[in-house]
Amino acid sequence: MRQPSGLIINLADLTANDLSRAGGKGVALGRLARAGLPVPPGVCITTDVYQQYLDGTGLRQRLPLLLERKPFSEMRWEELWDLGLRVRALFLNTPLPLGLAAELTVVLTPLFDELPVTVRSSAPAEDSASASFAGLHDSFVNVRGLPAILDHLRLVWASLWSDRALLYRQELGLDPETSAMAVVVQELVVGDCSGVAFSRCPGREELAVIETVWGLNQGLVDGDVEPDRLLLEPASGKVIERHSPPRVHACRATDGGVHLAPLPPTEREATPLSDMAAARVLDLLHQAEDLFGVAQDLEWTLRDETLFALQSRPITTSETPKECGERVWYLSLHRSIASLKGLRQTIEEELLPQMAGDADRLAAVNLVALDDEALAEAIRERQQVLDGWETRYREVCIPMAHGIRLFGQVYNDRLRPDDPFAFLDLLAGDAGLLAVQRNRELLELAGLLRDDSTLAARLRDGVKPDPGSAFAAALAGFTARFGDLAWVMGGATGGLEGVTTLLLEMAAAQHTTQTSRHRPDEGIFLNAFAPAEQEFARELLEIGRASYRLRDNDNLFIGHLTERLQEARDEAARRLTVQKNNELAGLPVPVRERVAKRLTPVAATAGNRRSAGARLQARQLVGQSAGPGLGQGLARVISSPSDLASFKAAEILVCDAVDPNMTFVVPLASGIVERRGGMLIHGAIIAREYGIPCVTGVPEATQLIRTGDRLTVDGFLGLVIISAAHLQGGSHD
Amino acid sequence: MTDMTGKKDILHELCTGQPLAVLATAAGCDPYASLVAVAMTANLRQLYFATPRATRKWANLAGNHQVSLLIDNRSNQITDFSRAAAATILGTAEELTGAEREEGLELYLARHPHLAEFTASPSCALFRVQVSSIYLVTRFQNVMEFHFTP
Repeated sequence: MRQPSGLIINLADLTANDLSRAGGKGVALGRLARAGLPVPPGVCITTDVYQQYLDGTGLRQRLPLLLERKPFSEMRWEELWDLGLRVRALFLNTPLPLGLAAELTVVLTPLFDELPVTVRSSAPAEDSASASFAGLHDSFVNVRGLPAILDHLRLVWASLWSDRALLYRQELGLDPETSAMAVVVQELVVGDCSGVAFSRCPGREELAVIETVWGLNQGLVDGDVEPDRLLLEPASGKVIERHSPPRVHACRATDGGVHLAPLPPTEREATPLSDMAAARVLDLLHQAEDLFGVAQDLEWTLRDETLFALQSRPITTSETPKECGERVWYLSLHRSIASLKGLRQTIEEELLPQMAGDADRLAAVNLVALDDEALAEAIRERQQVLDGWETRYREVCIPMAHGIRLFGQVYNDRLRPDDPFAFLDLLAGDAGLLAVQRNRELLELAGLLRDDSTLAARLRDGVKPDPGSAFAAALAGFTARFGDLAWVMGGATGGLEGVTTLLLEMAAAQHTTQTSRHRPDEGIFLNAFAPAEQEFARELLEIGRASYRLRDNDNLFIGHLTERLQEARDEAARRLTVQKNNELAGLPVPVRERVAKRLTPVAATAGNRRSAGARLQARQLVGQSAGPGLGQGLARVISSPSDLASFKAAEILVCDAVDPNMTFVVPLASGIVERRGGMLIHGAIIAREYGIPCVTGVPEATQLIRTGDRLTVDGFLGLVIISAAHLQGGSHD
Repeated sequence: MTDMTGKKDILHELCTGQPLAVLATAAGCDPYASLVAVAMTANLRQLYFATPRATRKWANLAGNHQVSLLIDNRSNQITDFSRAAAATILGTAEELTGAEREEGLELYLARHPHLAEFTASPSCALFRVQVSSIYLVTRFQNVMEFHFTP
């Protein structure tokens, strides 16, 4: 079937000439089907439909405004995810034009009616002999009924611009003006077991490999189900080796999707694929190889002894190792809810208690009493402990942040809000956020000073508080829990100058911002799920909140360990000022620790540059709105930790990247501007807690803005307007 | 390449590469915009344009030397919002005579040789704008200011 309009083409009718309209997956399936291989019946919705959708809805104009707001080269991973989510929301909230929907209905209804189907991406640049980009675009399994098919059609289109695809934008040749997506809709074959087969086993090229799981393939592809792995001799089909992990779950079709279900004991014990069935899969793989002429990566499923080819693409090794490392790491951050539950448990029950235990153990050591050799050893040990936890942070804590993203995506799919980041309201306002607890205690201490002007005056004159006073007791309680903040501000640990200066500023401030967030009713979210899905919805909300909280909190745990290292270094530095000491020489040299690493020293030419009689001044900078509101004030550019001690009430915090350990100045701030971009970065999280206008992702923010510049932070539009002393009035544009 | 360097390159390309600019003059409180062929010096400090003396813009300039010009590279496509750049130039215009006119004309005609006949007309005036500031707008809303000392 090839419709006269060319909008929809039967898979078996696709030829290589259709690549630009049907995409790599569609053309490959067409070739398999025409060659008589068992392919589930289906059609390809061509890129013409995507183009008509863009033209008919105005997305042709709106999409480039989103995608080209900032050069891709200047975007971090977080920003790519934000962008992917915005694009997804745009497609979700923009229905098909009525005429186009009617045209598709006429063709699709007789074919699929209420049959469960798969709706899969087929991008023209997706799979070729030289490059394979599996998993960058979305596919959906077990979609039923025309409205759902048309919904998922738009989701697949949106995934042309997924964060994963944007990572590979150059290889894919992504361009808002020219790129398009075709979609394959096929009858779902609910296999008893499924898997993938590769012509060559990585590392043992002379063998073929088959991976197999019970149920649907989705669990294997998503990494949630560990497959049985069979190594085969390609010519004879003989199974040489079998690797069988504990079999726990299978991916099964459920209402409108798939879910992980526990395996019954019989399937736990049995291999999903017998040697005889493996030989049949290998034979199917050989047929695909013969057809395409190159080694293949074949997805298959087996139902009632009938074998189906679901997809076949060339095996390629096109990526360089370096590219592979960075991007593959990012791709690995996409975690399923099952994986996130495991991570949460590890972080909350193992990592954080162990980190706190290490910090307490180190804090109990009387450094002054150690001889020089023991002090040197203590510094080395503390460095080692910190390095170890930094590594674990990257391995375990950063991937946990995907819980926020997963929650956001499901929230948007169900509730379809106008603001694609509305879901953050359900995550913010977490009483367990340590940075907020710390700041609340600081504000209470500042309140004590505000009520006691004599004490405030004495502290301002450098007099220490009476050790028996309520203020001294409260301050001691604070430092016992959160440290003296000196390591963050670049001072010597054990000194209270930094925190005292901060408290005096807070006490004198006309206004400090209190957290004002009230969580919206979570029923809004939960009611979007059927009774049978309630458990999943609650679980996801719980994971989202834990992820949001832990993303900030785990940094403070690392901060405690950093403080312990710094205090040992301070002790070494103190001894070295008294006498030369070979044992300790070199050890106090400060490394660029967690907070300092995030700050960039400001160049001497920053903000206002002169060259050949011309003066350059940034007037308006574009970032991304990360906290709504309009804030005005003088800029305080934080280019080194010591700048934090100079922060004044109502100033605007301008920095390269905010670390949770430095957000104690936020209650004083009237706005936040950050070079690093993203809605989920720490600056944005803390701004949201306090309802402070925040713009992130402003390139060269700390270089183009000077301390003292009058700024307007437009947290609605994501703009920063700079009114230097010589400038008058409002924005230029 | 830093953002700032990139902006300088864009500005230079725009000001020296685009043949036309929108010139804004004023008669009292009444602004007036017209399209003119322009040539700019490499240091972006001076800009030249020519106009017949019988025009409204010439009359406006006789009364008020303050001008603003807009040079942009839009292609009237939707991608202009992200890909086009525009420079708003502020300065003071002065009609040239004598050797200064000859010097300015040489630069102007090097850019627009097809206007030799037009500028040779006794009724055609050549103006030089002493640029005081340029506001460069990129990606729809990024604004950088370049201020020149007199």
